[in-house]
Amino acid sequence: MPRFILRRAYFAILTILLVSIVVYGVFSILPFDPAALTCGQKCTPTIVEANRIKLGFDKPLWDQYWLFLSGIFIGRTYGSGSAEFTCPAPSFGYSFNKNTCVTDMLKDALPITINLAIGAFVIWMIVGVGLGLIAAKFRGRYPDALSSVFVLLGTSLPTFVTGLFFLIYVTIKWKIVPLSLKGYVSIFDEPVRYFQYFILPWLTLAILFAAFYTRFTRATVLETLGEDYIRTARAKGLSEKTVLLKHTMRAALAPITTSAGLDIAGLIGGAIITESIFNLAGLGRMTLQSVYEFDLSVVVATTILAAAVVISMNLIVDIAYGYLDPRVRIK
Amino acid sequence: MSTPLLSVKNLQKYFPTSKNVGFRKEKLQVKAVDGISFDLMKGETLGLVGESGCGKTTAGRTILKLIEPTAGEILFEGKDITELRPGLMTPLRAQMQIIFQDPFSALNPRQTVGKIISAPFEIQKVTPEGGVKKEVAALMGRVGLNPEHYNRYPHEFSGGQRQRIGIARAIALKPKLIVADEPVSALDVSIQAQVINLIDDLQKEDGISIIFIAHDLSVVQHISDRVAVMYLGKIMEIAKTQDLFTTPHHPYTVALLSAVPQPDPRAERTRERIILTGDIPSPINPPAGCVFNTRCWKAADICRSKTPELLTVGKSSVACHFPE
Amino acid sequence: MKNLLEIKDLKVTFPTDDGFVQAVDGVSISVAPGETVAIVGESGSGKTVTSLSVLGLHNRKLTQISGSIIVKDKDESLDIASAPLDKIRGYRGRVVSMIFQDPMSSLHPYYKIGSQLAEAYLVHHPGQKEAANNKALEMLSLVGISEPKVRAKEYPHQFSGGMRQRVMIAMALMNDPAVLIADEPTTALDVTVQAQILQLLKDLQQKLNMGILLITHDLGIVAQVADRVSVMYAGRIIEQGGVDDIFYNPHAPYTLGLLKSVPRIGSTGSERLKAIQGQPPSLINLPTGCAFAPRCEYISLAPADSCQTLKPDLLGLADSHRSRCHVPEEKRDKSFAAEIKGARV
Repeated sequence: MPRFILRRAYFAILTILLVSIVVYGVFSILPFDPAALTCGQKCTPTIVEANRIKLGFDKPLWDQYWLFLSGIFIGRTYGSGSAEFTCPAPSFGYSFNKNTCVTDMLKDALPITINLAIGAFVIWMIVGVGLGLIAAKFRGRYPDALSSVFVLLGTSLPTFVTGLFFLIYVTIKWKIVPLSLKGYVSIFDEPVRYFQYFILPWLTLAILFAAFYTRFTRATVLETLGEDYIRTARAKGLSEKTVLLKHTMRAALAPITTSAGLDIAGLIGGAIITESIFNLAGLGRMTLQSVYEFDLSVVVATTILAAAVVISMNLIVDIAYGYLDPRVRIK
Repeated sequence: MSTPLLSVKNLQKYFPTSKNVGFRKEKLQVKAVDGISFDLMKGETLGLVGESGCGKTTAGRTILKLIEPTAGEILFEGKDITELRPGLMTPLRAQMQIIFQDPFSALNPRQTVGKIISAPFEIQKVTPEGGVKKEVAALMGRVGLNPEHYNRYPHEFSGGQRQRIGIARAIALKPKLIVADEPVSALDVSIQAQVINLIDDLQKEDGISIIFIAHDLSVVQHISDRVAVMYLGKIMEIAKTQDLFTTPHHPYTVALLSAVPQPDPRAERTRERIILTGDIPSPINPPAGCVFNTRCWKAADICRSKTPELLTVGKSSVACHFPE
Repeated sequence: MKNLLEIKDLKVTFPTDDGFVQAVDGVSISVAPGETVAIVGESGSGKTVTSLSVLGLHNRKLTQISGSIIVKDKDESLDIASAPLDKIRGYRGRVVSMIFQDPMSSLHPYYKIGSQLAEAYLVHHPGQKEAANNKALEMLSLVGISEPKVRAKEYPHQFSGGMRQRVMIAMALMNDPAVLIADEPTTALDVTVQAQILQLLKDLQQKLNMGILLITHDLGIVAQVADRVSVMYAGRIIEQGGVDDIFYNPHAPYTLGLLKSVPRIGSTGSERLKAIQGQPPSLINLPTGCAFAPRCEYISLAPADSCQTLKPDLLGLADSHRSRCHVPEEKRDKSFAAEIKGARV
């Protein structure tokens, strides 16, 4: 098992490295001058040149990449002489538009996105898998029919519809959840405000994913119930509850876990629409704004970060799968 | 002696596979067929028997060049076809056909029976006398199907009937050689006899040579002129059917025959059985020397180091250091 | 009741898209201690449905069952056909066990062998973890698996086909059941491994004096291990008797047909096999009268039209050997005797 993990980790790191090279490379080939984007309307060629040198855009591509990569471990210094400034490690670059190190921007945005993702994840897994299990057990009867209505609604309603619905009706019109003007607070500081801040965004995302997982769980459980080893379990005299929860779920868990891992990885890249509707200053919104503003450093950083999260999640899911399915371990 | 229709010499088929060792991948070989040789005369039926992993199915397909051989020679009508590229094989394929094991997956469910049986004519660009449709109807009649079902789809037929369709397709171009890969294993007992009889009749009428692959020894004995017993990619014994079954020489053959239950209770009660211990080794790592040595009650040191050649013992060819 | 298992007049019906199917139509079979009873039949004969019903493993929502299936548990007994599910569960794996055809898919791929075995014990002896683990090791040895302590910690995919079937047998015997139902236990195995498994079953039966109900389509296996045989066709028992009766003095044309059509080692092999013409009937559109009539060669020996119009009853001179056929005994004995001589070698 440890060998299995090491192999996977090794390849994961390799992949992240490769992705970072590709992303960096792609953004460097873009047909506009990164230095020219660093100043607003008052740009003069002199300022552009100065900025170019300051931000290191004059150096060859490989050097730029190397500075970027090493910056993650040892920080990076820009400019020279009196205008010198350092983005301490881990440095993901410098945003000229915002005049801050990207890392600081991430420090603010990341907690929001992570809380959003995890909260929604917990809700949708409990609801989705639970409902899917019930639908499978009571196949063909009322619970199953009701759950399929839920599935239909959940998968059909886009997040901007559900999100806007919640915002307009639940918050503004009916005032059930107050509008949070203060912004993000940690759960440890002000728990009530925290939940008020996140509950609607969580529900917006959760409805979509829960619907998917209800359908997915139901299908996986039904498929597993048809397997021979379930027949064997019944032949041993096990109760239906044990057959369902111990034998069936254990087998169905593997594909569900894989899917769940990848879904949450995607969310951490930023749930752009939800964040925009509820005005959450998370990673998604940050990336979107940076794209509009041509803030290259931020876009590069968030892209690579999102990719790294997905690859890492893949690794974790692979390892989890190895625990769940012993056939995968020994090859 | 006339030239054999088919001559196989030291045929090998190894499938590459890999195993994860640390961070590298170790390259391994599945030695599915590991040096088999035999001749097949015109109109003769050779039975190829063995248990799982013995390589009989791979051998059948490699002989027809459906799989490219790794080493060895295949001579068809005296001509070396081993290295023949797929493009040049096409005209020869009219002479060499196959019947598959599973009647449910061997036929394209989206094609009518008529289309399936007429496909060989289209592919080989041959127009039989009287036209394709007439010939197909005649073929259907020959295999015991109603020609009026020309436009029906495979799912409308039973397993036995589907197998007949597969047979009709195989004999359409009047081939000289047919490889029948477990053609009755997936059929009900009462239908097996019908299909076996059909294959037998067709063979006698048209003088087709058949390589009959099966794991059921009783079936093989009934239909074959000669039988080759395979184990882990090698031929253990090859002899005329009568000789193999009445005086088997290779310990594996003896054990195999001993293991087959016969529908005769009194005989079963008094029988002395040889029960082999252990499982069949993996073809990735076959035992050194004689591949059967791990389960053979006669195994001695020479068996573990030296691979026995196929030598004549009595009227059979046996690959054993201590034949019975 | 001396019999460990008594199936009486079992009828099983279930709905399909094309109508109701009478999968089992009035089957009566009994199994005594130390006895192996075989049910032989082809696909559609109803043999598997019968075997599943004994454990109540049929689809309870859709399937209709009538008749009785009485299983004896020391001094008590239970009618599985009419008992509530929780009572049936108490008998499953404890009084009646079952092993299935494909040992690879019949074992849970994600749990260790040892724990799957122990579970079979624990469900009927709750809380006795240590006893369960010990019994698991004991049973693994009993079925011939070496190094049981090591192997108990392994997973099914690490075992070969034959070993897995041994594990299945061990699991079925964890609670010393009175009856073991084996549904085509060796069909998926190589013939040399099959010999091992059949020998194992015979040895275990002798040791434990249990009854075995063996479902198979292979007449060779029946001849090798069975004491009594029920031949099924289209949901009914078409002949029932001792193994010697069935093989040397068959009464039903179907049985005779099967015996003649099976290739045998040792026969000269040059004659054609005497195949049964036609195909097994569709259970939805069963012919009126005897289900085998459309394929029967001996219709002319029976009273006019009876085969096509009247379903024959299961009758026999002796209770121990009965068959369903309209052909009168005198006419039958004359014609069949010669055929049997020709079939046997």
